[in-house]
Amino acid sequence: MTDLTINTEVARQILTGFIRSEVTRVGYSRAVINLSGGLDSALACVLAVEALGRENVIALRLPYRTSSPDSLTHAQMVIDKFNISSETIDITGMVDPLIERDPGISNVRKGNIMARARMIVLYDQSEVFKALPIGTSNKTEILLGYSTLWGDMASAINPIGDLYKTQARQLARDLGVPAPIIDKPPSADLWDGQTDEGELGFTYEQVDQLLYLLVDQRYSPRECIEEGFDEAFVDTVINRIRRNQFKRMMPPIAKLSNRTIGYDFLYLRDWGT
Amino acid sequence: MRLNVALAQISTRLGDVESNLEKHLEYIEQAKAQKADVLVFPELSLTGYVLQDLVASVAHKPTEEDPVFKHLLKASQYLDLVVGFVDEDSRHRFYISSAYLSAGKVLHVHHKVYLPTYGLFDEGRFFAWGDSIRSFDTRFGRVGMLICEDFWHASPPYLLWLDGADIMLFSSASPGRGLNDKEKLESARWVERVNKAYASMFTSFVLHSNRVGFEDGLHFWGGATAFDPNGELITQGPYFEEALTIAELDLNQLRRTRARLPLLRDERTSLVQKELNRILSRD
Repeated sequence: MTDLTINTEVARQILTGFIRSEVTRVGYSRAVINLSGGLDSALACVLAVEALGRENVIALRLPYRTSSPDSLTHAQMVIDKFNISSETIDITGMVDPLIERDPGISNVRKGNIMARARMIVLYDQSEVFKALPIGTSNKTEILLGYSTLWGDMASAINPIGDLYKTQARQLARDLGVPAPIIDKPPSADLWDGQTDEGELGFTYEQVDQLLYLLVDQRYSPRECIEEGFDEAFVDTVINRIRRNQFKRMMPPIAKLSNRTIGYDFLYLRDWGT
Repeated sequence: MRLNVALAQISTRLGDVESNLEKHLEYIEQAKAQKADVLVFPELSLTGYVLQDLVASVAHKPTEEDPVFKHLLKASQYLDLVVGFVDEDSRHRFYISSAYLSAGKVLHVHHKVYLPTYGLFDEGRFFAWGDSIRSFDTRFGRVGMLICEDFWHASPPYLLWLDGADIMLFSSASPGRGLNDKEKLESARWVERVNKAYASMFTSFVLHSNRVGFEDGLHFWGGATAFDPNGELITQGPYFEEALTIAELDLNQLRRTRARLPLLRDERTSLVQKELNRILSRD
């Protein structure tokens, strides 16, 4: 077993500095976060509170009619513990008219619609509060593509996208995220009984070990198998990473001119700030 | 003889030379107030680091006529300065550069000779490669300057040593990376380890000025260091925040260390040359 333990004090310093720098340099002072009741958004929220002060963080609870009541309760635990302001906006009225158009609609389509409805609310409230939307996707789900494009992946900045799920859990624990959130099985809560690990077919502990070797340590698939990983598991994970590359990029622009956005028009977002 | 070297670990605005110049002038005032003899700024301190297509628009020439350098040259009447900038030569090649300014004059300009173009780095795409490594005389003794990746290779500090440098002034814009369970990032541990090693092996003063702040998702870790000719840490700046760290160098330490440990005296440069010639002449 590779030890994925991180020094959470160093992580805290870098990530709070990142949020403070990237929010203030574009002229903002506030952040807004969709607080799902899960671990990742709780972690991003606590980091934002440390970076900007509790008075500058707005948490959104965005339930759908089938959402687990635990999700709302757990989000409220974070809001109460860190004493931040919040809004609760039920997305059922936004989502159902679209879902009801097709009686045969799949769970995946419904889940994507909910994730994108939450993105619309997040960006709308960003305008209301003049607050930058903070991303809540971790490195494991970004690599596996276990997320909705333009849905839960949408944000202005993402402080936790270079932490594997197990590392995010370690940091969340050290930053005081309430225990029920850390201990429950991770779930997107898009339909009843859904869990990440049930849907993916493996645990975060297992896949984080493999991803760390493949991505961070540049092991070949063969070397991973020699390290004891099951061949089918290695194949599944590599295929997921490759197949979901599109979710990690801006849409490619067809090149015609001598200077094309994305290829040879190169500036950081922090240009001039 | 004692020499106070101030190491300014500043954050910069990406591509905004005017605003970065203002910060330089503020730090110069602070360093003056603290009786610094030399003030060392980090790599690309006037421009920011991930410049990409901004390179041409932020380039300056270290001359009295230049609207940026005229202020810095004036300030160098009071204390010596090392500043990081993009140098444009007469044929419009752009270099990552450090200039040493003293008493209103440019004593030396170093062009970065190793441009990392791998992993997260893309310097070779945007900059020309420097092609000389020279020590130079200052009013405090002979000095050598290197920029970041230059000292990830062993030969540039070695050449400076043979060229007479007793004080090595390194500057970096080093992106922090390699978080694990240790108290320091892997990038910080590596840089500190080699700086300490150079000071020990070359029985010289080795000082490092590294920037802080963020550019998009990259952060720079600061942690300025000064090592003495015994390889002992004289002082260290904080990680991740702006600071002015003053290192007091006791230049007599060079004599004491080298009397005890004559590595410089015993260095067999002809042997090195002979073997290099042999190695490089091989097919």
